Amino acid sequence: MSVARFWRKQQNRYNLIGTHCTTCGKYFYPPRAFCPDCRRDGKIVEHQFKGTGKVVTYSIIRSSSGNFKLLTPYVLAIIELDEGSRLTSHIICEIDKVYIGMPVKRVFRKLGEEGSSGAIHYGTKFVPA
Amino acid sequence: MREVAVIGVGCTKFGEKWESSFRNLFVEAGALALEDANISGEQIDEIFVGNMSAGRFVEQEHIGALIADYAGLATNNIPATRVEAACASGGLSFKQAYTAVASGMSDIVVAAGVEKMTDVGTEVTTDVLAAAADREWEGIAGVTFPGLYAMIATDYMHRYGLTREQLAQVAVKNHENGAKNPNAQFQKPITLDTVLNSTLVADPLRLFDCSPVTDGAAAVILAPLDRAREFTDTPIKVLGAGQASSTIALHDRKDISTIDATVAAGNRAFKMAGVERKDIGFVEVHDCFTIAEICAIEDLGFCKKGEAGRLTEEGQTAIGGKIPINPSGGLKACGHPVGATGIKQVYETVKQLRGDAKGRQIDTEIGMTHNVGGTGATVVCHIFGRA
Repeated sequence: MSVARFWRKQQNRYNLIGTHCTTCGKYFYPPRAFCPDCRRDGKIVEHQFKGTGKVVTYSIIRSSSGNFKLLTPYVLAIIELDEGSRLTSHIICEIDKVYIGMPVKRVFRKLGEEGSSGAIHYGTKFVPA
Repeated sequence: MREVAVIGVGCTKFGEKWESSFRNLFVEAGALALEDANISGEQIDEIFVGNMSAGRFVEQEHIGALIADYAGLATNNIPATRVEAACASGGLSFKQAYTAVASGMSDIVVAAGVEKMTDVGTEVTTDVLAAAADREWEGIAGVTFPGLYAMIATDYMHRYGLTREQLAQVAVKNHENGAKNPNAQFQKPITLDTVLNSTLVADPLRLFDCSPVTDGAAAVILAPLDRAREFTDTPIKVLGAGQASSTIALHDRKDISTIDATVAAGNRAFKMAGVERKDIGFVEVHDCFTIAEICAIEDLGFCKKGEAGRLTEEGQTAIGGKIPINPSGGLKACGHPVGATGIKQVYETVKQLRGDAKGRQIDTEIGMTHNVGGTGATVVCHIFGRA
């Protein structure tokens, strides 16, 4: 991902900042600038997520590419945040310890890099809470 | 709207075709389809070609024009359009062609699909396919396509008690069918042990739960039904078409184990066709992974949620069963050149309905196709019948 493309969402990825529709009360992470339920009636504001949630489903990735090749095997999961929105991330834990419903909390981690001399991407991953 | 029929079909053998270039794959399939329809190039009014990622697989864009040129049709300046919806590009190309004929805009239209995947290494292929998911919010988290479908499998097995053996039986059944299809990439039957002992790719999915990387092309020719018999004695009528979208990211689906776009596209196709589930003799479903076939059977309405594993285990989805699924061998055994898959499904359906599917023939008058893009953000279904 290019530097500009990563930078554009840097605050969201670093700090788990998403959005909130004050019309219907829904929370969005990944952030949405447009509420899919209220559409033009929606009023979107920034929201700092608490960073706690639980595992909805998961897989242990044994074969991957690019930045993720060296991390295998890693735990990929869909996490439901306490505010109700869902995202995809890593759970940093022993691969046989993850389970559906496992409580997790956010941590700041390296996500990848643009080659050996390029920018390093940081962002949010999760650990058991 | 006019009624529409398929009057000719062509398909290359699927596989690792080192000797064939992207453009030659298309030309081979196109020529077979024209020969089958007994028409010449000058009679074609328009071309649609489904292709997911020639830009990254062979560093070529502007596929519509390239295809028209090398098919010898650019001299006639006919309209040629590339259609992209990830792995549903082929199915969508067919729907665009169907719409063009049904609307009266064009008469004789080619719907094709082509993908050349083996000119790049596995790592690039994995990354190209990952572009069918949300790059900014799934890709950055290290998703792979097996990983996404594995997360569906984890959720599904947890909720419905699907066994690892039932899942493996999907692959065993599809290899059995593929062994009877001369165009299939894999023509060798396998056992449950082959699947269960294969390498773990993304738990719980193993190598033999996954469709392969494939080169191939397929092309079919559509015409208004009232002109179809000028070209063939066995026109196959398009009874229904349904297309649907859903969220690009798997994590935004209300129910991880239900592909809601499959439910919507299937219902739309059935409503348009005016037929019931019990009328369908077989379905070519999008089994990019074994779990995808299980979900498709249920989401298309052929059984209740949670029952497709048992149905598969009992042999009800095999040829000769209650609802045969993937007589071609499916994506698993026939191969999955992503842009071509949706057209290959139509090819197989037409062959079956004409009674030309030697060795794997199902005796029926109505068949269905189901083509999925990504984890289900695009789904295209068609229902076909003898005319």
